[in-house]
Amino acid sequence: MVTLVLFIAFAIIALVGALGVVISRNPVHSALWLVATLLSMAGFFILEGAYLVSAVQVIVYASAIVVLFLFVIMLLGVDREESLTDPLKVQRPVALMLGLVVFALLIGLMGNHWATGAQSATAALESGDGGNVERVAREIFTTYLWPFELTSALLVVAVVGGVALARRSRRAEAASEVAQ
Amino acid sequence: MNPLGVASIVTPGVDWLGVAPVALLALAAIGIVLQRSILRRASVAYPSALIVAAVGIILSAVALIAQWHRVQTDGSYTTLSKMVAVDGFSIFIGGVVLVATACSVLLASRYLDRERLDGPEYLALMLLSASGMLAMASANDLIAVFVALEIVSIPLYVLVAYDRRRSTSLEAGMKYFLLGAFASAVFLYGVALTYGATGSTGLVGIANYLSEVTLLERGTLLAGLVLMLVGLGFKVAAAPFHMWTPDVYQGAPTPVTAFMASATKAAAFAALIRILYTALGGSSSDWRPLLWVLAVLSLLVGSIGAVIQTDVKRMLAYSSINHAGFILIGVQAGTIKGVSSALTYLAIYAFLAVGSFAIVGVVAGRGDADSDLERFKGLSSRRTGLSWAFTLLLLAQAGVPLTAGFIAKFGVFSAAAGAGGTSYVLALIGMLTAAIAAFVYLRIAATMFTPAGEGDQVLASSKVDLGTGIVIWFSCALTIVIGVAPGFLLGLAERATLLFLR
Repeated sequence: MVTLVLFIAFAIIALVGALGVVISRNPVHSALWLVATLLSMAGFFILEGAYLVSAVQVIVYASAIVVLFLFVIMLLGVDREESLTDPLKVQRPVALMLGLVVFALLIGLMGNHWATGAQSATAALESGDGGNVERVAREIFTTYLWPFELTSALLVVAVVGGVALARRSRRAEAASEVAQ
Repeated sequence: MNPLGVASIVTPGVDWLGVAPVALLALAAIGIVLQRSILRRASVAYPSALIVAAVGIILSAVALIAQWHRVQTDGSYTTLSKMVAVDGFSIFIGGVVLVATACSVLLASRYLDRERLDGPEYLALMLLSASGMLAMASANDLIAVFVALEIVSIPLYVLVAYDRRRSTSLEAGMKYFLLGAFASAVFLYGVALTYGATGSTGLVGIANYLSEVTLLERGTLLAGLVLMLVGLGFKVAAAPFHMWTPDVYQGAPTPVTAFMASATKAAAFAALIRILYTALGGSSSDWRPLLWVLAVLSLLVGSIGAVIQTDVKRMLAYSSINHAGFILIGVQAGTIKGVSSALTYLAIYAFLAVGSFAIVGVVAGRGDADSDLERFKGLSSRRTGLSWAFTLLLLAQAGVPLTAGFIAKFGVFSAAAGAGGTSYVLALIGMLTAAIAAFVYLRIAATMFTPAGEGDQVLASSKVDLGTGIVIWFSCALTIVIGVAPGFLLGLAERATLLFLR
């Protein structure tokens, strides 16, 4: 009963938030509505017993990605309301149609048993030793140790690449001054 | 149980030799970044970065050779809970990647100096990308393939846009980034669906599951296969996922183009072959028709697209799509011979591409923007040696006998003939497009030997420095040596394929 009430509450927040994202004219408001949707998604995950996914949802989506959105909005200018005149008039009907197709597909998939996995989750996630947080941790440090370690190289790439692209090079500036 | 009441974790055993090539390159890259923060002056920072890079590449090559000897005696093995496969295949591709990386680093010095760009970051990014390629060649798990793919791609996005003052470079970087990120996402979606269908991300695990169980509904597996093919098809520049290739190859700094055409292609094909042959080897009747279509489209788009171009870099970009088609002929054969012919082709194309782009970089001169065919007019009278070298490399790309290109093309054709059936048709289409592509190569060569007219602008090309000279000599020498005596390379490729872990 409690879960049902919680589910309905989260569902209402998620839907209202999603509508708010689309309807708000101010991009900052859109981003904030998105937070509401993403946080209620985290709530769904808790109801399903997927604690780690829910934490990841809050940390990555509700914080990191939304902050990124806000940064971009700030850099592009907050005051400007988004212009609603489309440069390509065809876009809207096509987008609406594609959206409906995706929606229909989702409804269709919900009713069908289409995945033929090797292991389907038959036991509750909490059973066995440790919850799913601990089990994911175990997998990361045993089976998936190599991809996990490789990720560190990815972080180095991100830092070096960001610096290389964003830094103003003294050498290049000197060269362009000479050219002028 | 430890005092916290948590069961202790048994971490997997690490065979350090197995991961040494990847780790050494990444360490060299980190070393470059570190020494960059200590040595502030550009005149000191770049040479020392170059030394660190050279040491990293050489040590990594030594580790690869040690692996090769170990695999010869003890056989192939996996390490890190079956995530890393150390076999002849991974070592061969690793060798191709390292040679291509070394050549690209040699090309970079002169370029960076000419364009007044910062050197150490460039080298660090290139080494990181190369370490990702080595990881990709040995990745035995879809998750590892994906992470390695990202380590390969993200430095490349930055390197393509490295010359920020030139808008074509930035534009190419942006295009490659957007499309590449999309392709990675599609690949990951394919991985997820494959996992959903088989319950395993390990390539061997997938193969075992598929051999034991008959799937009632194969939709999920097939969708996963198609999406993974799309993602990797993008990286190897196979049609119809080639749209980015001409723009990016043209806009990117020429040494980066050389790196992308040679090393990236080899690494992406390595992942493609390993996924198809190891994980989905039992369902080759599913993926062979798909590869057949990809090969035909790449062959046709590459050769016909090259004919209508007027920019040499774009021509070579289309020819790279054409070559991807030829390699796919070998891969789609679905036989041992197909794999070894694809490996041979990748190795030969790597140095042909590096050499060709090195020469284009020299001729294009400062700014790297003008590689129009007009610019090559009368090159033979100004730069006799350079134009002969380019002619040799172009003839090899066309597949003229007694050059390495002939050995490569002959290998994939005979593999296709060995597989029979529709592969025959594919081989015929391949020969047809080889003739079309030969027209393009001969057109470039003919332009070089046409004297420049009065009205033509003859711009001074930059000098051939030591590094570029070594690369051009090296690729020309290999073109002839392998063309005349291919036994050594063919033997290596065959041995590598026999030691392919499946």
